[in-house]
This record gives sequence, structure tokens and C-alpha cells, in this order.
Amino acid sequence: MKAPNRTPRTTYVLLGIMALLSVFPLYWMFVVATTDTASATQLPPRVLPGGNFLHLAGLVFDTVPFLQALLNSIAVAAAVGAGQATLCALAGFAFAKLRFPGRNTLFLIVVLTMTVPAQLSIIPQYLIMSQLNWVDTLQAVIVPGLVSAFGIFWMRQHIASVIDDELMHAATVDGASTWQIFWRIAFPLVRPAAFVLGLFGFVTAWNDFLWPFIVLKSPDRYTVQIAIKALQNNRDIDLGLAMSGSFLATLPLLVLFILVGRRLVQGIMDGAFKG
Amino acid sequence: MTALTLTLNPVTPPGATGRQTANRRILQSMRERLAPYAYIAPFFLLFAVFGLFPLLFTFYVALFDWDPIGEHRYVGLQNFRVLMDDPRFWGAMRNTFSIWVLSTVPQLLVALGIAHLLNNVRLRAATFFRMVVLVPYVTSVAATTIVFAQLFDRDYGLLNWFLELLGFQHIEFTASVWGSHLMIAAMVAWRWTGYNTLLYLASLQAVPRELYEAASVDGANGWQQFRRISIPALRPIIVFTVVTSTIGGLQIFTEALLANPSGGLSCGAARQCQTLTLFLYEQAFGRFHFGYGAAVGVALFVIVVIVSTINYLLATRIRWERP
Repeated sequence: MKAPNRTPRTTYVLLGIMALLSVFPLYWMFVVATTDTASATQLPPRVLPGGNFLHLAGLVFDTVPFLQALLNSIAVAAAVGAGQATLCALAGFAFAKLRFPGRNTLFLIVVLTMTVPAQLSIIPQYLIMSQLNWVDTLQAVIVPGLVSAFGIFWMRQHIASVIDDELMHAATVDGASTWQIFWRIAFPLVRPAAFVLGLFGFVTAWNDFLWPFIVLKSPDRYTVQIAIKALQNNRDIDLGLAMSGSFLATLPLLVLFILVGRRLVQGIMDGAFKG
Repeated sequence: MTALTLTLNPVTPPGATGRQTANRRILQSMRERLAPYAYIAPFFLLFAVFGLFPLLFTFYVALFDWDPIGEHRYVGLQNFRVLMDDPRFWGAMRNTFSIWVLSTVPQLLVALGIAHLLNNVRLRAATFFRMVVLVPYVTSVAATTIVFAQLFDRDYGLLNWFLELLGFQHIEFTASVWGSHLMIAAMVAWRWTGYNTLLYLASLQAVPRELYEAASVDGANGWQQFRRISIPALRPIIVFTVVTSTIGGLQIFTEALLANPSGGLSCGAARQCQTLTLFLYEQAFGRFHFGYGAAVGVALFVIVVIVSTINYLLATRIRWERP
């Protein structure tokens, strides 16, 4: 008789390998970030972190304005996350619960815009930014990301399933305006979903590279990703430096992930994937 | 005029005339009627300025010899004629396609397998495994690329050290076509495998447990259950992930730029790993040929339209096939 209640050991072995592969590059980043260049290139490679982390981290802050870059990244990612959470909820609420002429057509347009990647029109986007005098400013990276078609789509589904029409009707009869219904009733009910959407916005904005790379020119406007690229230009001088920068740029997100990663996992499984 | 000014005041003074109240109601109802448009306005405004207009304007710029600080000379379809004969463009197309295949196929297969393993009600530490596979997703592409470039390094890379232990020659990954493609594909696959795993897992969890139990009572082994129950249930999400990874594959830029830092904007002297988006960037922001870069953008748009159409056809077929 087989024991069907046991999970086979191979399952754990395979999952363990997967887990190791998922964290190994990060661990290796940390190892190199804590050792000087000489031991970063020694063979066989060292497996344990060294004690050089603070020294190298200090060098990172000396080579590029890394503290400023961290602050810039926090500002950009927080603004994008907050914008996504509120503006997508507002539009999602309108599409889910309000009746107005053109609603279905407009929603179809929102869905259609999801398929076109923004990357292919970076040239006119740059021209617009220079017309607005926004080149080399943080709003050039913040404003275009404040609201997304996908976020609206997702919030609409949530609001449609959470708020029933009777509740809407009762509130209207009581004389509440649409704004009051949104702000006092709908938004508090979908706050968890809006939070997850904001998290995805935060992570995406934090890790974004191409657009900030094009539009942010001076070192004190860099986000951390662009600062890493600047460190890598010194790669021949010190590999540990680039790795330290990479580690420092990833650390805030890792901390965030440990705190709220469970909700990101749930968000993806609930369909909060980005199109 | 006076009445209008009064109605703008939110507090109507006591003893207001009937006409004022009526005006206030009209204004109120107008405000209510316009509210939905105001709520969706931010998206449409931002999309018009930073999405739709740039897209259309790309087609316009592509018709010019456009120097960002000099003059704009209308050249008709010249940019497209040159592009169609440009070996750099076709090379970038080949690289993009090759990296896409090399990253997508193993990535989705592994994701399928891991999702199947995770879809086990008796699995211990399930939350841990789900979280740990998502770690690469929150790691930035720039940081990932720098680590992988070190791991794949010719002289001191961990991978080459390992190959040497096994008795092989060192491989200079960045120098060759296949080597550089494999390296970039590994970065892309590392980043997205866990993410796709969770998407598949979500779909698998929607399959009724009884189906598996019934199959196992009928003597179907794990592989047969995977093949006959899991895969058909996953088909729509598989199509979705293939499309997403295709659109994502067309946008690969950071990996190609940072993986081979000595290679510059062409990702090596032979352009061995220059992707389409990197080629666009090189033309527009490295050489200031905005018109020619825009023509590359138009080519990318055409590819996206083709991919989306294929996706639409596949998706509708799947819907028809469903009972």
C-alpha cells in the first residue's frame, strides 16, 4: 500500500533547488559587496561574506551621490505608487459603478491601450519632455506613471465585486454625492486592493531603467538604478563597488518584500499581473 | 449672474428664494453628471500626452531626417528604405528573437513544473516557497545584470570556474553570439520564472481537487494527471504569458546595455547582442538620428500589432474550444 498522504521528497528537493537559484545571485552580490576586488576575483571563489561592507558602501556614497539617488528613488516610487492606488481606484470606481454616456467605449479604449508598449515611442516622449522643460526633472519620471490602464482594469473588477448596487442606491437616496460615495464608502472597502496596486507601482517605478536613463541627466537627479550604471562605468577599477551599489539599491526593496511580500504574492495570484 | 455667484457658495443662506434653490439643484446635478468624466480624466489626459500622441508622432518623426538640435528635413519613406536594407536592424531583430526564444521556452517550462509542485495541498512551507520564487522579480534589472555579468565573466566568473573544474575550456560569453544570448536569456528567465509560476499556480488552484482524486483512483500517475488535467486548464494563461513575454522580449534593453559594459551601445563590436530597443536607443540618443530611430519604433509597433493579432486569434479559438 502506498502512502498517498506524503509529499514526495523529490518535491522538496526540486523546490529547494529553485529557492536556492532564486536567492543565489543576491547572496553572491552580497559576498562580492563585502570583499575587496582582489578576493572578488580569486579562484576558487570565496563563499562567505567578508567584513568590507561598510568600507565599500562608504566608497559608493563617495563615488556617486548615492544618498541623493536613494531619496530620488523613494520620491519617485512613492509618488507613482500613491498615484496608481488612488487615481486607478477613482477611474475604476467610475467604470464599475457610475452610469454615463460613452462608458463602455471609453473602457474599451482603456483596455486597448494596454497592448502598446511605451518603449517604442520614447523619441516623441523625449521631445514632449523637452517642450515642457521637464528633461532632467523627477516629474518627467513620475507623471507618466501616475495612472495605468492595467490598474484601472484591475480596480474596476474589485470595486464591481465588492460594492453592490443596493449600497450605492441607498447612499444616493441619503443624498450622498458620487465623490462622498467614493471616498467614504468605496475606497475604504477596496483599500487592500489599492494597496497592492500601489506596491506594484512602487516596485516597478523603483526598478525602472530605460526612461530615467534617457531623461535624467545630472548625477543629483539620478535614481538608484542610474547611479548603479554610473558605478559600473568604473567597473575595471573596482567590481566590488558596482556590486555594493547594486546591493544597496536592492536592499530597500528586499526589506519591503520581507514586510509585505506575502501580499505581492497574493496580488499576482489574484490577477494583479501587469499586462 | 448674481444668482450664479450665490449658488457657488456651498452654504445657501436661510430664506433663499425658490429660484436660487432650483439653480443650485441644476448645478449640483450637472456636477454629478460630469463627475464620472472627471474621475477618468487623469488617465485619458496622461495617455493622450504621454501615450497616444508620442505613438502617432513616432510615425511623423520617422518621415524626417531629424536632428534634435539641428534641422528637420522631410525625406518621405527614405528612413524605412534604409532600414529594410540595414544589416544592423536585421541583426538586432535576430538577436531579439533569439534571446526571446532562449529565455521564454525554458522559463515557461520550469514555471509549469514548479507550479505543479507547489499546487500540493499537503506541501509544508508553501508560503515560503511562493515568496522565495518571487525574490528575483523585486530585484532590479540593473542589479541583476551586474551580478550575472560577473557570474559569466571570462576570467573570474563562477560559471567558468565551474566549467574548468569539469575539465572544459573557459567560455568568453560576451564575445560570441550564442554566449551573449544565453547570458542575457538567463537573466530574463531568472527574473520572470517565479512570477509566471505564481500565475500558473493561481490557474491550477482553480481546478477542482476532485478531478485529480478521481484520476488518481482511476490509476493515472502524476505525469498523466499533469498532462491531461493541468495543461488543458492552464491553456489560456499559457497563451497570456507567451504574449506578455513576447512584448517584454521586444523591450529588452537594460540587460543588453549593462551585460557587456565594454561593448557600448552596440553590445559588442560585432553587435552580437544588440536588441531592437537598444538599436533604437543607439540611433536616437547615441547618434541623434531621431528620424531613423523613430523608424525603428514604427517597426517595433508593426511587430507588436502582429503579435497581438495572433494572440487575439489564439484566445478566441480557445474560447470556442471550451464547452
